[in-house]
Parts: sequence; structure tokens; C-alpha cells
Amino acid sequence: MPISKSETGVPVWQHRTSKANLILWVGWLALVALFVFCWQVMTQDTIWYFVYDAPRQAADITSRMFPPKWGYISELWWPLWDTLNIATLGTLLAIILSVPVAFLAARNTTPSTRFVRPVALFVIVSSRSINALIWGLLLVAVIGPGVFAGIIAIALRSIGFISKLLYEAIEEIDTTQVEAINATGASGLQTLDYGIVPQILPAFAGITVFRWDINIRESTVLGLVGAGGIGLKLQASINVLAWGQVTTIFLVILGTVLVSEWVSAKVRHSLI
Amino acid sequence: MTSSSVASPVAGRPWRKRPFIVNARLRWSLYLGSLLYLVLAISSVSVNWSRVWEGLDRGWRFVEGFLVPDFASRWGDIVIGMQESLTMTLTSTVVGILISVPIGIGAARNIAPAPVYAVCRSIIALSRSFQEIIVAILFVAMFGFGPLAGFLTLSFATIGFLSKLLAEDIEDIDEAQAEAVRATGGGWWQIVNYAIQPQVMPRLIGLSLYRLDINFRESAVIGIVGAGGIGATLNTAIDRYEYDTAGAILIIIILIVMVSEYSSGYVRKWVQ
Repeated sequence: MPISKSETGVPVWQHRTSKANLILWVGWLALVALFVFCWQVMTQDTIWYFVYDAPRQAADITSRMFPPKWGYISELWWPLWDTLNIATLGTLLAIILSVPVAFLAARNTTPSTRFVRPVALFVIVSSRSINALIWGLLLVAVIGPGVFAGIIAIALRSIGFISKLLYEAIEEIDTTQVEAINATGASGLQTLDYGIVPQILPAFAGITVFRWDINIRESTVLGLVGAGGIGLKLQASINVLAWGQVTTIFLVILGTVLVSEWVSAKVRHSLI
Repeated sequence: MTSSSVASPVAGRPWRKRPFIVNARLRWSLYLGSLLYLVLAISSVSVNWSRVWEGLDRGWRFVEGFLVPDFASRWGDIVIGMQESLTMTLTSTVVGILISVPIGIGAARNIAPAPVYAVCRSIIALSRSFQEIIVAILFVAMFGFGPLAGFLTLSFATIGFLSKLLAEDIEDIDEAQAEAVRATGGGWWQIVNYAIQPQVMPRLIGLSLYRLDINFRESAVIGIVGAGGIGATLNTAIDRYEYDTAGAILIIIILIVMVSEYSSGYVRKWVQ
């Protein structure tokens, strides 16, 4: 225990040794220096006039945003339906694609740890590190704007998430059940069907609903890059600076997200 | 499925697996409902197949660009974009943590008085209800284009994430230690400093590193709406149909995400 002597010679308890204290201080100093350096690099091209002007701009935009333009809501139902479809069909497509990837990536079900597993893991990492909006940007350039590009973007983005959580669930299964099915002389597929699938089904359903919830959130903004849904209306309203319409859209998005969160929480609660 | 789900080998009636949803009526209505939804949803998605067919060629060029990326011809733009993204990530994470620690303490039911609790919880709810990209649109409108708007967006998003998890962590602490400090006559600050902080510190460090990771990924996205960073460079590259440059940027993003995910996982294991 680090103890230092006070002036009168009475030992005083301290939290750390003086060497540990020094290292800690040097660490903090380095962090502060790095922060200041990054701040200067980041703001070297900032036009400060706009920043000082920001409170006025904020007040201006707020005054234009309220009251929301409620009449606009009648134009939003169809894009909202598109948004729901993008999220749901995208999740379905992702499920179809990610189940095989998960089985190839799990250490206990993959056919070869040396060749197939790294490929599956790479698919998972690339899908996870690229945001749905970037996938949308690419797909709109490749297959044209619209709901279809949104569905594919959501699916490509979700593969990594679903596969990663699913393969972790597969790796954590109870092997005795698999052995028991094996001992009855079952084939490989039968082992999969009776030994592994029942064990991961609840986790799988939970993961899927969770991802669907996230996808609802993401699909509301996919329209910003042209991939369909309510984001298209948002982009159009921002372009013409119709802030009253923007507020209405924000409120509709907020409502949708809250409902989807509620649904997903209910379903996951009943599963666990 | 009634009693046949119990494993009783009655002659002529082989055992069957128990279905995932046991209630038959609920199961069939779910199946029927999903089928109806699928038919409606798929029929409402209009796909311009000839456009998709034409796009396949372009998609192939993108795959080629990804396999043979071109780092050289836009290297200057890539460096500026990366520099903005990385500095934005670091500064916004640091500022976000600094703001979210007091809010997180205020949002923990066991140590904060009721009015403070309500205020802090509503700040968290506000920050979590809107996605980064929507916040970025508003900040760009107020503060002008550039990484400063991105910095503000990411700081704002960090507050919701970190405060919520920190508050939940403080609510889950071992009460005995707080009581021991209270028994020595320690005040509120001393309880926070000696009983709570040591218990939540490892997790706070872990969460901060995780958020650093998320902020980098998000910094690649918010550039699409003008908030600076590598996303802006990527957007330009795709708009110019320079798929090989876009491929290079995506590869850099994937690599940085992989490195940061691996190293933050390592540090988190070491801290906990």
C-alpha cells in the first residue's frame, strides 16, 4: 500500500505511489496536448463569422420551424409506408443472406477454419464498418434512385450485424445436445436442425427484431441520398427551406421510431 | 400443437418438434399476417428493372474499383478528409465525455435529487431521439459547412449515449460501499469520489473507447450533408463516378475501423 510520511513523521495513506501518480499526470497532459492540437487542425479553415452568427441563425430557424405545418402530413403517409417497407424487406433480405454467413463464421460449424472462416469474418467486418447511408449513396449511383436501392442498402448493412451476433450465439451453444443428436446416427443436416437450431432460435429472433428497430431509424434518413422513403421528403423540404414542413417530418420520424422501439422492446421481452 | 408436442411415442404418430410459437392460433395468424404484408409490400415496391440491369455494369466497375483502388490521383483530398474526420472524432469524444459525466451522475436515480434527475433524463432523451445525420443538418444550417458542425453533432450524440449508460451503471453499483463511506461521515462529493467513481471507472473507460469507435464511423457519414470529414470526400468521389477513388476511401475506412475495434477491445479487456 502506498504510504508517504507527513512532516511530523506520521504515515499517511495515499491512493497511488508517486511513480504511478507521475505516469498518470503525463498521460493526462498528453491527452490535453493532443486535444488542443486536434482542435487547432480541425478549426483552421473555420469561418468564425458564421459561428458567431449561429445564435441568430438558430433563433431564425426555430422561429420558422414553429408552428409545424400540419397540413403537410397528408403527403407523408405514402413515403412512410415506403420507409417501413425498406426497413422490413431489407431486414428479411439480410436474414436470408446472413444465416449462411453466420454458420460459416462460427468456429464450431464452419467447414474450414483456415479458408472459409476468414472470408466470412471479412464479409462481416466490411458490412459493419460501412454505414447504411454510404451503401445507399453507392447503390443509388449504381442501380438508380428509389426504394429498391434503399432495401439493398439496409440489407447489406444488416448482414454484418446479424451474422456477428448470430455466430457468437452459435459458438456458445451447449455441445452435449449436439452430441446426443449425433449419437442417434443423425446426418449433418439433421444435427443442425435438431441440435443447433432450437438452441439459437430465441437469440436469432431477438437479434432480428433488434436490427429491424435500428433499420427503421436508418431508413428514415436514407432518402437524403435518394434511396426512397420519408427522407426524400425531408431533403426536398430542406432544399426549399420549408422549415415548417421539416418540423412535421421530424415529428413523424420521432413517432415512428418510438413505436418501433416499443414494438421491439415488447417482442424481445416476451422472448427472454 | 396440443399434447403431441410431449415426447410420447404413440404408434403411428411420430414425435414432432415443438413449434417456436406454441399457441396455434397466434402462430397461424402471425403467418397469415406476415404473408399479407409481404404481398402488399412487395407489390408496392416499383423496381425499374431495365435501370437495374444497366446499373449492373456500373456495379461491376465499382467492384473493380474496390479490388484495384486508386489511392494516388485524389490523395490530397483523401488526406484532408481523413484529417478532418480523425480530429473531429477525438475532440468530439473528449468534449462529449466531459459534458456527459455530470449529466450521467445527475441522471442516476440513487444519487440525484428528483428535479435534477428529470432534467438530465430529458436531455438524454432529446439527444437520443434524433440520429446524427438529422442533427448534422440542423448544425450545418446554423454553423455553416465544415468540420465544426460535425464536431458539434458528434459531441451532442455522445452525450445521449454515454450519459445513459453511465447513469445505468451508477444505478447498478454495490450500495454497501456507498454506505461504508456514508458511515464515516462522508458528504455527497466524497461518496461520489470514493464509493461510486472507483466502481464505474473501468466501464466508463470502456464505453468512452467504444464511443470513439462509433464517432469515427459516424464522421464518415455526416460529411454527406456538409459537416466535413471523409464522408464529404467520398460523396464527391461517387458523384464524379470515380469508383476507384471511392474504393480506396472505403478500404481506408474499413481498415481504421478494424484497427480501432481491435485495439479498443484489447484495452477494454486490459482495463476490466
